[in-house]
Amino acid sequence: MAYLKKSPWLLHYDASSCNGCDIEVLACLTPLYDVERFGIINTGNPKHADVLVITGGINELNRQVVRNIYNQMPEPRVVVAVGICASSGGVFRECYNIAGGVDQVIPVDVYVPGCAARPESIIDGIVQALGILEEKRTKMKEQEAQR
Amino acid sequence: MMSILNALVYLILAPVLGGLVAGIDRKITARMQGRVGPPILQPFYDVAKLFEKEDVTVTPSQNYYILSYLVFMAVTGALFFAGGDMLLVIFAFTLAHVFIVLGAYAAYSPYSYLGAERELIALMAYEPMIILTAVGLYLVTGSFYVSDIAASTVPVILYLPGVFLGFLTVLTIKLRKSPFDISTSHHAHQELVKGLTTEFSGATLGKIEIAHWYETVVMLGIVYLFFGFNPLLAIIVIALVYLLEIFIDNTFSRMKWEMTMKSGWGAAAILGFLNLAVLYYFYLGV
Ligand code: SF4
Repeated sequence: MAYLKKSPWLLHYDASSCNGCDIEVLACLTPLYDVERFGIINTGNPKHADVLVITGGINELNRQVVRNIYNQMPEPRVVVAVGICASSGGVFRECYNIAGGVDQVIPVDVYVPGCAARPESIIDGIVQALGILEEKRTKMKEQEAQR
Repeated sequence: MMSILNALVYLILAPVLGGLVAGIDRKITARMQGRVGPPILQPFYDVAKLFEKEDVTVTPSQNYYILSYLVFMAVTGALFFAGGDMLLVIFAFTLAHVFIVLGAYAAYSPYSYLGAERELIALMAYEPMIILTAVGLYLVTGSFYVSDIAASTVPVILYLPGVFLGFLTVLTIKLRKSPFDISTSHHAHQELVKGLTTEFSGATLGKIEIAHWYETVVMLGIVYLFFGFNPLLAIIVIALVYLLEIFIDNTFSRMKWEMTMKSGWGAAAILGFLNLAVLYYFYLGV
């Protein structure tokens, strides 16, 4: 039985977002959308997290930070890039200090489009991510069995 | 024979009961905030998931400390439900907490250090009142044995209203509810990055959660002792007490550690001691 899908804990990191996507991510946690009814909890700790939600493009200063957070998360883990900035750099793409989307630093599993991404599409993206999380767990189990 | 059976039943049933209480807690909390809330079985899903995750360990010793925490928490409850000595129960209970603090100290991280220190402060804050509770129960029923206290027909609550209120105060600290959730909290995960449990993940974190379920059942068991003369009343009171805790949790914000200290010791000094003094003077004086 897979319980991962029933209790995904997510970690939200703001990598130079304009704050537009951030408030939409937080809106998902408010009573209107109430993602806790799917067992989703917003944790502040990478070691407890299953889903890493990143908003905003990666800049040269937080490259290392994002990589560090990602490395601290125990397997299986997924990364969701929320908003066009996180997907490709968006309007900030040409800036001298922006490295581009999140996938410049760590592998991204789901891209959520929009500027700002709507709460509905964020929830949609996370539900998709849960499917991938489940696949990763099965793969992990198989690898363990082979060893 | 009966007592060993009780302990066994406790060991098996307490996690189920504790988990259910935690689930109902989350559901009621959500309803109080105008949300739908997670399913009642959510705490079980969470723990089952934690056991599916990769195990990331900072230092190997931390896992042994947490295992000891779980074992001693189970032992505490087993002693309690076997009708053992109340003082021994308190001793095992404290020992269990020393282990989780050691576990947090073993993982080198400023967050878990801070969490560990705060847990020690909480330990200091509630310990006097818990001991006074045992003393009060002894004064009224004439025995430190849980089995005797539970079987006593004296309406304990009438003699120990102050001690009971004091115990409720420390129960809030003990269940790590607002305003006293300084070492780790179920709601504000961002502050202190969840304190004590920062460096624990996967199965180890799951064990902490299970230990907390055991702990909840023991604490509610102590509430039972005040109403042992009427089991039905006792169960109603336990439900009300827990509802009250959820209500307090949702209406208060977190306070500083000084407040925890003052509340814990204040409850012990004013409610506990005064009650015992009055009891000693009027009840045992004759
Ligand atoms: S996608 Fe739009 S709203 Fe989101 S961080 Fe970028 S600019 Fe802001």
